[in-house]
Amino acid sequence: MKSAEPAALDAFEAALTLGDVKGRSPWEDAWHRLLKNRAAVISALLMGMMILVVIFGPMLSPWDLDYTDWDHTNSPPSLANGHWFGTDAVGRDILVRTLQGGRISLLVGVVATLVSLLIGVTYGAIAGYYGGVTDRIMMRLVDIIYALPFMFFVILLMVVFGRHIVLIFVAIGAVNWLDMARIVRGQTLGLKRMEYVEAARACGVENRDIIRRHIVPNLLGVVMVYVTLTIPQVILVESFLSFLGLGVQEPMSSWGALVNDGAQDMESAPWTLVFPAAMLTITLYCFNYIGDGLRDALDPKDRL
Amino acid sequence: MSANMKRRVGPGQAKPVLKVQDLAVHYQLEQGGLLRSETVPLRAVDGMSFELYRGETLGVVGESGCGKSTLARALLGLVRPRRGRVLWLGQDLTQLDEKALRKKRKEIQIIFQDPLASLNPRMTVGDIIAEPLWTFYPKIARVQVEERVRGMMKMVGLLPNQINRYPHEFSGGQCQRIGIARALVLNPQLIICDEPVSALDVSIQAQIINLLRDLQRKLRLSLLFIAHDLAVVRHISDRVMVMYLGRAMEVASADALYRRPLHPYTSALVKAVPIPDPALARQPVDTGLTGDMPSPLNPPAGCVFHTRCPYAVKRCQLEVPPLRRLEHGDWVACHRAEELDLTIVKRPSSTV
Repeated sequence: MKSAEPAALDAFEAALTLGDVKGRSPWEDAWHRLLKNRAAVISALLMGMMILVVIFGPMLSPWDLDYTDWDHTNSPPSLANGHWFGTDAVGRDILVRTLQGGRISLLVGVVATLVSLLIGVTYGAIAGYYGGVTDRIMMRLVDIIYALPFMFFVILLMVVFGRHIVLIFVAIGAVNWLDMARIVRGQTLGLKRMEYVEAARACGVENRDIIRRHIVPNLLGVVMVYVTLTIPQVILVESFLSFLGLGVQEPMSSWGALVNDGAQDMESAPWTLVFPAAMLTITLYCFNYIGDGLRDALDPKDRL
Repeated sequence: MSANMKRRVGPGQAKPVLKVQDLAVHYQLEQGGLLRSETVPLRAVDGMSFELYRGETLGVVGESGCGKSTLARALLGLVRPRRGRVLWLGQDLTQLDEKALRKKRKEIQIIFQDPLASLNPRMTVGDIIAEPLWTFYPKIARVQVEERVRGMMKMVGLLPNQINRYPHEFSGGQCQRIGIARALVLNPQLIICDEPVSALDVSIQAQIINLLRDLQRKLRLSLLFIAHDLAVVRHISDRVMVMYLGRAMEVASADALYRRPLHPYTSALVKAVPIPDPALARQPVDTGLTGDMPSPLNPPAGCVFHTRCPYAVKRCQLEVPPLRRLEHGDWVACHRAEELDLTIVKRPSSTV
């Protein structure tokens, strides 16, 4: 400092009086990168529209979910009779059913993922950070649950508690957090060796504050990518369950249940299959593109 | 003698603030197969003793893997030592429980090697520097914290209006200044610098070293300065400790150590310092050293250095030389310290 030129010191003094500079966090940087990714942005907009339509569409439609229009059973898509997506064998409007099914599918996807996120991140971060015996016991427990056959688990739940929509959340959430916990644990193992964690320990910061302030925020990049890839996976699992008849119950439906119904009438009434399947596919694609975009945007190698 | 001028405080004038006695840190490594695994101790630090005085800088040098960083972590209580005592102002830190030790952390702080890695990328500079304050004074007012943080930033040569910026928006040298501000914010008495400049550019190194020195004078800090760059250590240290395989080989005043090393290992290290003169640099340097450092999993018996020492005799293989004090006050762990004359003959050089 002694060697600094007087002019430099003056400049330093002058700069001291300037207002605060606003920093740009890594999150903002990632956000800007994400906005440049066309596929991700379009997917996000599509998804936003999909969510709005799924929520408000059924309210605007003249048809009820379980209304059977006996004058137009098995009607192909038609503007004239008001069934834009056609009707099924008992005259129910496919458009309303598809939108209603979308509500359930997206809800299952989001809620089950959030549940797995909450449990998985907490569990994985604790196991990874404390390490040692704690880690071993916690992760062996994960292995044991992982080893249970999923279908067996679901059927068991159904038998014991009866068919209920909440059970689907529970069943899918109970299995999905295992992956999340493993991913988070692995990341935590790396993060806890970082010098800023050691610096925090040297400052006497308590373990739970270290996990909260230093570990979890730095995990979120990976976790967010994983979440966007888990949502479509969960939607698929729900569809699969519904396809097998273990999912939601009539008159409620989900995309999986609709595809199942449609598949049975595929030859006589293809529209009962095509529309729900198309919505499901678009959603899956959108989430995958968003996930891809997020991964590119949050890639730590790009950060500097 | 310049050594005396440079030394502001030192042994004999005061009681040491930090006294380390026979400190040993062993890591348990698991070796072996799936079913049967054995743990093998890695002797990262194996029986070190030294003292540190108020306002003094003790340099610690040694090759990679000789236990320098482990020593730093053991002093901070980040790793638990296997045996030995760390007396901080008369109190043994190794005997304290987690909670009591946490309180002591206010007084001993650390600066890390990699400036960027030691700062959480998701926190603003202000939050990073303020974190120790929140931890120790949770009830302190927000305004006060901010005032203090801005003061610290100014002190280490950062613009306080950058308080809301993130670490990746700063250069390596600036990041190291942030790290220093964080270490100083609690008014510690001892700062352990774990290779604070080895990740920095040479010109920035000088800035950071001078900053550390200025701050040390202003705040009467004790520094434990770990590095593998001998020139840097010489510049900042009052005394220097040479480590090899988890043990102290020599502790001597900085100038004496470089002019007349007492230990053959020190002599080899000093000879190996690169000279900024292309003509001389082309001449081969004979450090007298061959081979690599033995594994700390299986350190040699007797003097740990005997496998590479050009002066080793039978006794060196059998007897561990204790770190002992010679007449002129410097410490050495060598059986033959008195017989050997290891004075460095300065090669004619234009600069240095």
